[in-house]
Amino acid sequence: MKGNEAIAHAAIRCGADAYFGYPITPQSEVIETLAALKPWEETGMVVLQAESEVASINMVYGAAGAGKRVLTSSSSPGVALMQEGIAYMAGAEIPGVFVNVQRGGPGLGTIQPSQADYFQATRGGGNGDYYVITLAPNSVQEMADFVDLAFELAFKYRNPAMILSDGVIGQMMEKVVLPPYKPRRTEEQIAKECPWATMGRTNGRKPNIMTSLEMQPEVMEQRNLALLRKYQQIKDNEVRYEKTLCDDAEYIIVSFGSAARIAEKAVELAREEGIKVGLFRPITLWPFPEKEIAALAEGKKGILSAEINAGQMIEDIRLAVNGKVPVEHFGRLGGIVPGPDEIVEALKNKLMK
Amino acid sequence: MDKNEIISPENLAYKKPALLNETPMHYCPGCSHGVVHKLVAEVIEEMGMENKTVGVCPVGCSVFAYRYIDIDWSEAAHGRAPAVATAIKRVWPDRLVFTYQGDGDLACIGTAESIHALNRGENITIIFINNAIYGMTGGQMAPTTLIGQKTSTCPYGRTPELHGYPLKITEMAALMEGTCYVTRQSVETVAAIRSTKKAIRKAFEASMAGKGSSLVEVVSTCNSGWKLSPVKANEWMKENLFKFYPKGDLKDTTEDK
Repeated sequence: MKGNEAIAHAAIRCGADAYFGYPITPQSEVIETLAALKPWEETGMVVLQAESEVASINMVYGAAGAGKRVLTSSSSPGVALMQEGIAYMAGAEIPGVFVNVQRGGPGLGTIQPSQADYFQATRGGGNGDYYVITLAPNSVQEMADFVDLAFELAFKYRNPAMILSDGVIGQMMEKVVLPPYKPRRTEEQIAKECPWATMGRTNGRKPNIMTSLEMQPEVMEQRNLALLRKYQQIKDNEVRYEKTLCDDAEYIIVSFGSAARIAEKAVELAREEGIKVGLFRPITLWPFPEKEIAALAEGKKGILSAEINAGQMIEDIRLAVNGKVPVEHFGRLGGIVPGPDEIVEALKNKLMK
Repeated sequence: MDKNEIISPENLAYKKPALLNETPMHYCPGCSHGVVHKLVAEVIEEMGMENKTVGVCPVGCSVFAYRYIDIDWSEAAHGRAPAVATAIKRVWPDRLVFTYQGDGDLACIGTAESIHALNRGENITIIFINNAIYGMTGGQMAPTTLIGQKTSTCPYGRTPELHGYPLKITEMAALMEGTCYVTRQSVETVAAIRSTKKAIRKAFEASMAGKGSSLVEVVSTCNSGWKLSPVKANEWMKENLFKFYPKGDLKDTTEDK
């Protein structure tokens, strides 16, 4: 099935309580699949087409703040509209999940694939000091697997979590093993696991308030510092990545998502030519595997950041490597997906001359 | 009879609802918010819904409504309260879910969310405080500001040429298939307060009975923003706002089969 369809199936199977969304290419199959599957008849999951992405993310704010497992999905221009709601979720510590099936920009851009929302995803994206847990799938299988993972991480840390996909992963068809069915949580479970939820004062407890507002600067600073401590905890515990053929490598290609799939083939082609190159794939883009990349850079001749954008992740790689080895970028823009041979050429031209 | 005798329980004919806590309100003296807060708290108590209610507050003067009424609250981004409430009601259908919004929040920045929640017939109640001005930010023009009315962003008076016309969003709501109860009230007299309380009760009951969306507009005063005394503000409201925003039920299908 398609990556977008896998998101829909996985959401139902991992006990999601609601999906709110608005159509946009190239991810409309998510809401279309959900509408066709009618999960409200089987699991009771709510599926609602909202009037805009602004509304759908604020629906996630409301329902996830009320303790439910809720997700939305969109593509780049729609995710730009959602940034208000995501910042409010980060501020109020609401554990919602959203999927960005990226397309090219800026503005309306193109409906073709891109990875140009890396900055937006890994730098918070909206106003204020905050981060969103960001998972980058490189296959239809990971599209399916990361839905439950995103929910687990979101609830573990009471933080919004994003699946940063793109038009390639969303639209391509692959075999996929769907996760087993997990029942939706009962009211008792939610009340126990989410004592902060605005679901009515269970057993007459004190009121719960979901808000990001604080007028006293001294108190607000403490809230900001508490968020920072939480982000440090996430950085310490949740970095995920994958290494391929890095042990004997002289050069490293760093790539995420669909670009990493192409880079896998590029590594294969380069090795056929006798170039010792390995692939490092960050799976969490925030938290970024900075320590792992810094360690990996030791003794290498160079690192190529292969991304389908004008050079965004390269900034994080350079910060991690801190000048120890040369770090260069290769990318295609405008919705063009590069071939593996282009990455090999870039490796030769930018690092091996 | 000394004071303690007067306030002894058997002599008390009236007390504030228990849901309304002791936090001093930040509202200006003469503002309508306090009265409407009290009515909301009373109705929730009378319906026995204290532990089954989720309120959604706006951005505007009533952003801090959650400080005063002891129920669960979700504080929405500016204008997004109807979307937030839609979702809470959809995932907790047996809860009483309402929004409490001002004119800027509901009829300007949140017009899309308001119109679509009402038109979908979400089983929620929107309480709409219309004082024809932005109170919280210091008295700027609102979507409901009257032609000729002076505010800090139309200091020479609102004109259609420069600012467009005031929006009658409540009339729009009455036209929608999704609404079951749309009414316009006020709280400047005891009779008006009683009528508003009845309206809130009817709306909340319709929400719980799954009859669709309800909109209770309360034409209100903002004496600080209008730069009038509380008494003069009431007079100005009656003379001007009631003419453009006539009181009464605009739609009631709650008894229909």
